[in-house]
Amino acid sequence: MGHGETSKGWALIAPPALYALALLALPLGAVVVLSFFTQDFLTLDTTPTLENYRIVLTDPGFAGQLPRTLLVRSVTIAGLVTVCTVLLAYPVAYYVSFHVAPERKSLWLFLITIPFWTSYLVRVFLWKVILNFDGVVNRTLLNLGWIDEPIRAFLYSPAAVVITLTHAFAPFAILPIFVALEKIDRPLLEASRDLGEGTLRTFARVTLPLSMPGVVAAVLIVFIPTIGDYVTPRLVGGPDGLMIANLIQSQFGRLSNAPMGATLAVIAMASVGLISLLFVLATRRWTR
Amino acid sequence: MSLIDLSGVQKWYGEYHALRGIDLQIAAGEFFSLLGPSGCGKTTLLRTIAGFEGIDAGTLRIDGLDMRGVTPDRRPTNMVFQSYAIFPHLTVAQNVAYGLRRTADGREEKARRVGEALEMVGLGGYGGRRPHELSGGQRQRVALARALVLRPKVLLLDEPLSALDRKMRETMQSELRRLQRQVGITFILVTHDQEEALIMSDRVAVMFEGAIAQVASPQALYSRPADRRVADFLGAMNFLPAEVRDGRVEIAGLGACEVEPEQVIGAGGMAEAGMRPEAMTMLDVQPGEGLREAAGTIADRAYYGDMTYYMVELPGVPGHVTVSMKNRPGSAVLDVGAPARIGWDPRAVLLFPA
Repeated sequence: MGHGETSKGWALIAPPALYALALLALPLGAVVVLSFFTQDFLTLDTTPTLENYRIVLTDPGFAGQLPRTLLVRSVTIAGLVTVCTVLLAYPVAYYVSFHVAPERKSLWLFLITIPFWTSYLVRVFLWKVILNFDGVVNRTLLNLGWIDEPIRAFLYSPAAVVITLTHAFAPFAILPIFVALEKIDRPLLEASRDLGEGTLRTFARVTLPLSMPGVVAAVLIVFIPTIGDYVTPRLVGGPDGLMIANLIQSQFGRLSNAPMGATLAVIAMASVGLISLLFVLATRRWTR
Repeated sequence: MSLIDLSGVQKWYGEYHALRGIDLQIAAGEFFSLLGPSGCGKTTLLRTIAGFEGIDAGTLRIDGLDMRGVTPDRRPTNMVFQSYAIFPHLTVAQNVAYGLRRTADGREEKARRVGEALEMVGLGGYGGRRPHELSGGQRQRVALARALVLRPKVLLLDEPLSALDRKMRETMQSELRRLQRQVGITFILVTHDQEEALIMSDRVAVMFEGAIAQVASPQALYSRPADRRVADFLGAMNFLPAEVRDGRVEIAGLGACEVEPEQVIGAGGMAEAGMRPEAMTMLDVQPGEGLREAAGTIADRAYYGDMTYYMVELPGVPGHVTVSMKNRPGSAVLDVGAPARIGWDPRAVLLFPA
């Protein structure tokens, strides 16, 4: 009986497992293997070596400094995006969970996901229109007389990357936080009030700690993909807003150094993994 | 002066009239129960006292102070919720200490109070446990300790025993009673279980459709219900058509008898006679002295171990009357279909207006 159930289970997960193996695990393995090779002008030197890692991690020259700068910048930008997104998403999720009538909640969630109906590229371009030299923000400020000439720093800067990505990832943060808030038993909040705490203390002592699993999920869901984003930095980041993924793309493309690209990809992946792991461990007391 | 004083309290939910003019006084140190079927407003009334629901008319005073506009965190009441509402992210001790943050006690004094409260509910040594490691009964004890540690003037209990199994419920009933005597705090218990209300309370308010039908001690409620609904809700009662004529009552199926004025609940004329199943006896099982006799047929029988209930058809009476008999060693159990001789005592008859 148990044996039959087990083999049935394996049979059921086999198609997606094979699919994942072929399209995720194999390419990932290939990237890792590639990172130990070197590019010798036009040919690929397949002698295994840690040379690429040495350059990226320790080389004092430009070849090592650029990836390190971009990696630090990527982590910083992704971190900022994550903080902004979660801080903005929490009140929205809170409002929908606590102040929207139950029968209207699905409508609200539906409205929140509407930005996904348009292409990611279109949304990035729309931010260009808003933040541009003669864009909506600058014109408004000019008309109000608050500034004398348009501010160029709005667009083509790390700030523009943070703003655009924060907007793009908002629903990804709202949904897990909303789910965590929905799971909180409402009598718990009444109990806190009954035991002598006001609304603010009740939020701090009951609502917030109990919604932490959703916040942790939101942080990971936003942080992990943003660190590897290369479209937004390319379109609105300017030279100071480029991120590690832009360099990886160049290594595979114009610079024709696939092993170096692979090495950067592995290092970026390891950084994300390490930071996420530390974050999960640090927040374990709330998510257990 | 009473500790809790409600007068003319009304509550509306949109079109729904949840509380229809509640007048009620509860004394300090009383174990008071609000009893009624679901939807009668008893939980709404409790939540009104706790401060979770506002009132649309009337006044609510606790300890002489008008509670209008006073939020739950500022009322001298604490509540044990039906779902217990134990904070899942805190340990048992942290749960109990939750409300102590605002007290002036130092860290050690707080720890001592928490330990004392846990000891009192029989959970000494459980302070470090997490709520999910506890059984339903233990969670309820945590909820009790968490409320009692704050030494409220009034402890409100919202159907606290309804989620427990029968054995556990009986244990908790006597334990709650013991606790209440020990701490001397006023307990207000909401329940739909009439047995529970009778066992535990000093006084019981029976509620129907947002209004209080009767407030009395358990004995008075059972032996002299205020109206037919209370009589019907509390325990079982046989109702038989009756007619009052010249101070004598003619009860269908049983016969005529004389009743004292205190047995008459409403006005005279066409009436209904009510008799508890235990106020009648099957003379073939247990003969009784000085009883009136009536004849019928046993239509059905329900055996409960300690008791047997006989459903007896009486000539000229629609339906049947229920007679309950204690099963003693060697006492006979009568068969369905057999003729039955019922003994009844005119002093146990209650007369209700039809």
